[in-house]
Amino acid sequence: MADADHAGWAGRSVIRVVPPARPRKLAKVPFVELADGRLQGVVSSGSDIERVYVSSIASGTHAYHCSTNNNRPCGGLRGAPCKHLEALADEAVVQYGIDRVARYLRADVAAEADSGAELLAGLDARHEPTPAAVVFSRFLRHLSYLEVPATTTPLPELHWFPATGAGR
Amino acid sequence: MLATQLAALTGTAPTGLADALDLVAGLDAALTRGLARVGEEDAAALAALAAALATTPLGDAVTEAVGKIVAGSVTEEHLAVLAGARAALLGAGQDALLGQFDAALGRSRSPWTPASPAIPAETAPPRAGARAWLHEVAVAGWLGVDHELVAAAGTPVEAALAVPASRRLAVLLDGFAAELRACVPVAALPQPPVRRWGDLWARAMLLAQDATPAADAGEPVSGRLLPLGVDVHEHATAVQVQVHAILEPADGGPPRLVRTAVGAAKVDTIVGPAVWRLLGAYPVLRQALAQRRGLTVTDLPARGADLLWRDDRARPDEPVDPFAAARVLLPSAVAVAGAPLDRHPAVIAEPVLVEGHTVHVDGDEVSLALDGHRIEVAVDRLPACGPLTPALVAASTACLGLLRWDGGRWLLQPLGVRATVKRKPVDAHAGDWADGVTDARVAKAEAKAGDAVAVLTERAGRLLRR
Repeated sequence: MADADHAGWAGRSVIRVVPPARPRKLAKVPFVELADGRLQGVVSSGSDIERVYVSSIASGTHAYHCSTNNNRPCGGLRGAPCKHLEALADEAVVQYGIDRVARYLRADVAAEADSGAELLAGLDARHEPTPAAVVFSRFLRHLSYLEVPATTTPLPELHWFPATGAGR
Repeated sequence: MLATQLAALTGTAPTGLADALDLVAGLDAALTRGLARVGEEDAAALAALAAALATTPLGDAVTEAVGKIVAGSVTEEHLAVLAGARAALLGAGQDALLGQFDAALGRSRSPWTPASPAIPAETAPPRAGARAWLHEVAVAGWLGVDHELVAAAGTPVEAALAVPASRRLAVLLDGFAAELRACVPVAALPQPPVRRWGDLWARAMLLAQDATPAADAGEPVSGRLLPLGVDVHEHATAVQVQVHAILEPADGGPPRLVRTAVGAAKVDTIVGPAVWRLLGAYPVLRQALAQRRGLTVTDLPARGADLLWRDDRARPDEPVDPFAAARVLLPSAVAVAGAPLDRHPAVIAEPVLVEGHTVHVDGDEVSLALDGHRIEVAVDRLPACGPLTPALVAASTACLGLLRWDGGRWLLQPLGVRATVKRKPVDAHAGDWADGVTDARVAKAEAKAGDAVAVLTERAGRLLRR
C-alpha cells in the first residue's frame, strides 16, 4: 500500500507514489521486502559469513518460516519465531514503518507499537515450511542491480520520479 | 526572474491546454477501467480523442484504432497508436507552456534538429516482452491489475536492463511496476494517480516500439561548463543526477543552456547521500559539483541540450558561484527544444534565478513572491542526498531553481539557495555532498548506519555467480 490519501493525485504527473525506504543498517538483514503476499527477507548468519537465512511471514495467515538458502530448517524455530524472524521484523519496521508492515500482513498492532518484537507479539503465528528458493532468487536479483553498469544516457522518464527529502 | 516575468507566466494558461488535458483525462479513465470491455462513457471519450486528432497526421490511425478497440479488438498496434495520440496532445501542451515561458522570460530557444532517419531495429526481445505486458495491463485496466500481472513485469524488465539500448525502457517499466505492486488492489486507493500512470504507460509503450529512433552520436562540443545546479531523480532501482549548466562554447558564440546526466542502478535500501557512491565512475564531475567549480570540456557529444558526459573529456576549472553565473549568463543563454517524442509538461525543467523575493510559509507549503506575484515551491523535491531543506528555502534571499509545471500550475524546484541562518549568509546547493557529506550531523548519522553500498556489494560478491 502506498500513502495515497493525498488530494489532487488524479491530475498530477509527478508524485512519489511509493514512499522511499527509510535508511537502516544492512549488515544483519541485507534484504527485506513486502512481496508475494509475505514479509520476506534474508538474514546473514551470525557465525558463518557464507551462510544466510531466508525468513518469511505470510500476510493474512501469519504462517512463518526460516531456513538456510539450501532449505535446511533453522535450528532456532522451536514453536516460536527464531531470532532471524525477529531481526527481519525489526528491520522491516525500520525500513517501511510499522503501519505499512502491519497493513501488508493484515496484523493488529497496538497503537503505540514501534518495534518488530511488538509486531510479532501481535500475530497469531504458527510455523509452516515454505521453500526458500523463491525469496533467495529474488534477493540475488536484487543484488544484481548493483552489477548493472552506470550510464550517461539521459533518462528523461526519471523526471517522473523526483528524489525527495522524505526519509531524511 | 522579475516580478513582471512571473506575472506573465502565471497569469493565464495557454489556450487549448485545458481542452487537451480533458481529452487525456478521458483516455486515462478508460485505461483505469481497462479496455477489455469499453463502456459507453469511455467509448465517447475515445471518440472525442479521435475527433480532436482527425486533422493531424495521426488522424486516420487513431480513428481506426479507437474503432477497433471499442469493438473489442485490442491489439498492441492499436495501443501504440493510442499512446502516440496521448503523447501528441501532451507534447503540444509542453510546446504551449514552454512558449508561454519563453515569452514571459525572454528566453531564446533554438529548434530541435532531427537526427538521421531512424533505422527500424530488428525485433528486439526486450521490447516485444514489454509490449505484451503493457498490452495486458491496458486490457485489465489499473483497477484490474493483480499481483500476478505485476510480477509478470519482472521478465521484460530484466531483459531490457541487460541491453544498454533499452535502458530507458527498463528503468521506466521497473518504476511503473513497483508502483502498481505497492498499490494493488488499486480499487482500495481513494484516488489512483491516473494521469501519472497514463503518462508512464504511454511513454513505455512508445519506448517499446521497434521503430524508436536509435540515439545518434551527437555533435561534439567544447568549452567552459558552468554548473547551475543539480536535479536528482530516483526510484527504488535507479538514480539519476542531472546537472543544469551553461556552456560557453570554445569557438565563441552565445552561451548555451545545457544539461548532462549520470545515472546508476540501485536498490531501495540505498538512499540519501549514499547514492553518490554509486556514481564513482565520474570523479571529475562529482568533485566539480562538490567544490562548485567550472569544468573545461573537450569534444563532449551533444544531442540538443543534452551533453553526453565523459569524465575523461573534462577537467576542473576555476571556482564558479552558481548565483553569479545565473545572474550574468542566464538572461542571454540559448536553450534548445527537446526531442519531439520526449515532450511532455512533466519534463519542463527551466533554470531560473529568483532574488529579492518574500517567503510565505503556510503549513507544509512554501511560496515565494515577487511584488505580490506568487509561485509555489516544490518543497517535496528537495533531495535527501543534499543539504537543501524547507527551512533553508524559507530563509532564502536568493533561489536558483527549475521552473516546473504540474497539476495545472507552475512550480519552483530549488536547486540552490542563499539563505540567512543565524544572521550569516549561507549557500547550499543540491550537489554539495557529491564528493562526501559536509554536514557533521548528517555525516555522523551516515557513519552510524554503515555503508549500504559496501555491505550489499560484499553480499553480491559472495552470493552471486554460484
